[in-house]
Amino acid sequence: METERIYLDHNATTPLREEVVESMARVLRDLPGNPSSPHREGALARRRIGEAREQVAGCLGVAGRSVVFTAGATEANNLVLRGLLGQGASVHPRHLVTSTAEHPSVLAPAEDLEKGGVRISRLSVDDEGMVERSGWLEALEHAPSLVSLLWANNETGVVQPIEEWAEEASARGVPFHVDATQAVGKWPISLDQTSIDYLSCSAHKLNGPKGVGCLIHRAGPAPSPLLAGGGQERGMRGGTENVAGIVGFGVACELAQGELAERMDHYQRLRDRLWDALKQTLPSVRRNGPDPSAVLPNTLNVEIPHTAGDVLVEALDLEGVAVSAGAACHSGSVSPSHVLVAMGRSAQQAQASLRLSVGLGNDSGQIDRAAEWIGLLARRAGAENSDAG
Amino acid sequence: MQAKGRVVVAMSGGVDSSVAAALLVESGAEVVGVTMHLAGDSSRCCSLEDAEDARAVADALGIRFYVANYTGAFQKEVIEAFADSYLAGRTPIPCVACNKRFKFDHLMERARVLGGEAVATGHYAQIRQAPEGGSWSLHRPVDLQKDQTYFLFQLDQEQLSRTRFPLGELEKEEVRDYARRLGLATADKPESQEICFVPDGDYAAVVERIRPEARARGGEIVDRAGRVLGEHSGIHRFTIGQRHGLGIHVGRPMYVIHIDPVLRRVTVGDVQDLELDSIDVEGVHWISGSPPTIPIRSRVQVRYRHAGALAEVVPLGQSRVQVNFLEPVRAPAPGQAAVFYAPDEEVSQEVFGGGWIASRVGPSETSAREGRAACP
Repeated sequence: METERIYLDHNATTPLREEVVESMARVLRDLPGNPSSPHREGALARRRIGEAREQVAGCLGVAGRSVVFTAGATEANNLVLRGLLGQGASVHPRHLVTSTAEHPSVLAPAEDLEKGGVRISRLSVDDEGMVERSGWLEALEHAPSLVSLLWANNETGVVQPIEEWAEEASARGVPFHVDATQAVGKWPISLDQTSIDYLSCSAHKLNGPKGVGCLIHRAGPAPSPLLAGGGQERGMRGGTENVAGIVGFGVACELAQGELAERMDHYQRLRDRLWDALKQTLPSVRRNGPDPSAVLPNTLNVEIPHTAGDVLVEALDLEGVAVSAGAACHSGSVSPSHVLVAMGRSAQQAQASLRLSVGLGNDSGQIDRAAEWIGLLARRAGAENSDAG
Repeated sequence: MQAKGRVVVAMSGGVDSSVAAALLVESGAEVVGVTMHLAGDSSRCCSLEDAEDARAVADALGIRFYVANYTGAFQKEVIEAFADSYLAGRTPIPCVACNKRFKFDHLMERARVLGGEAVATGHYAQIRQAPEGGSWSLHRPVDLQKDQTYFLFQLDQEQLSRTRFPLGELEKEEVRDYARRLGLATADKPESQEICFVPDGDYAAVVERIRPEARARGGEIVDRAGRVLGEHSGIHRFTIGQRHGLGIHVGRPMYVIHIDPVLRRVTVGDVQDLELDSIDVEGVHWISGSPPTIPIRSRVQVRYRHAGALAEVVPLGQSRVQVNFLEPVRAPAPGQAAVFYAPDEEVSQEVFGGGWIASRVGPSETSAREGRAACP
């Protein structure tokens, strides 16, 4: 008999909202046309994409024409980095400023670009995960050709003062890209108030479908396409559109926009309740990250000394609680989280850490039961054992 | 099997551990499969590819499944120890440490945190308990062709009490039939024979990859009288009893009879020089938890595929014994395990314990008979 599941891994991915499922099912059933076709079938599909584009744009505070649909944020990050700084680059000198605590979908293309001769400046983060301001100001002096930073970190939930920094970059004419994958739907975003030029995000982090996301391109040079083809998405992304995915993304964005304040409040109450309960049951627990006001309201990254995060994840899973020992893509790897290591944690501390991220569908009863299990299993794994030093 | 609690099964992706898991599911246990990712992906076993086979079996059985990464610890505790053992002039048997440290110490600890009451593996061996909560003992399996007790002599009472070997009472063919009946994807997977992290059996290449300095450490090949017969390019290329690849021409078959790691000297001799009537065994572990106080009669196995030789095992303190064979035994190699079985193999098939064959000072020192006691 399967026990009740308590899903506390919403930074890895989120379940779909029923409205999203329904909108997608309708597209799959009723809209078979290719959006590029001139006939009625094509026109109907095209119109639904147009509506979705406005929904996404509305959620982010941009004009519909700046939305470039992609297969997700990984593609959007690759598109902006490789499309601006890769071979045949449209910007010069080829110099990227990023940080050591970025998502792999920025770190990996940056490494490739570096091999191709692009200069990469990787800003350090402090022990709370905030990008160091001194390094930032110094990097700006070198007039880089692109900045790429996370709005909110996927492992720690740490929120950078992105709007302020984009302003500073803009004042020096430096194009600014932000990976807002975790922030959208959990943090107020209104790009029309900012100097952000490019933004990446993904539908499945805000109760939309997997396999769809977008790059927002507001200003600055247009990236060369990674996928050349039929000229879709203003030539920046070839390939027949994922109509159902895009429509689901649009609905998810519209719901998120309408419910943002309510969701943030709900998430924060659950997250704080979880933290309070953990502190009670595990006095040695430590928070990885700054004051909660600078962290996504749904995210809690904790170190539980004398435990192994990967084993705790399995033990909790067997009791019905889904959590993560870092990013989902780290699972099954021995290397400690690069984010926590960048924050100055030892490999041992990083491997004793858990990422807990709440979301739609969680309630306080679940939080209390999850905290009990975490306390019990962490103790079984060696936490709070005074003999363990 | 009357296990009804949670049991963690080490699943390699092979047929044996797959059937072990299936039998436990049938017995009503809540089975959790764990594949231990041990050697890197260049290895023939314990790779992530094998983990995918194991995952498919777990899915077919409807059990929970995880991949546990131990590559860092395995590199240090098994692969590097293996290379260092060769460089010390010994012939290591890494499967013992792998079983003891990983399948039992590490996996058992993981299983404890996972709420498992026991760890199960696909080993062919049997565990018994004396009546009325008495002590635990390890025995050869029903299928003696598949006997893996040689690799398990380091298990202790606590570990035996929390270990299940569901295949101990089955023949290999029954296991394969069972796998086919269940339609398990791994039913006809070939058996692994070699050491998992030594592809193509090229031990020297592995040693040189781990310890590159080994390459620059040649030495002399001599006969018993100390006459130089040739040169070699590293003692890690030799093992006791080796006949081929010596690169010397004497006119009759010559065998490695001694390896001196300090002088880096390999001594060769005739086949009869390999015969020993006594060996010292160190790091001895007794499964019962207490060493015998008087010499015991035992059948001693000095390598995996060895029928065993009747001997008298003379305790020399806590963890050392002298093994005096009734008939000389050919080529016991330092670094290999000597495992002590009940002498009457028809009846109990019990494993008393075992240890590591100690290095000898020189090729001639083979008959240190002082301290030999009479049989009880």
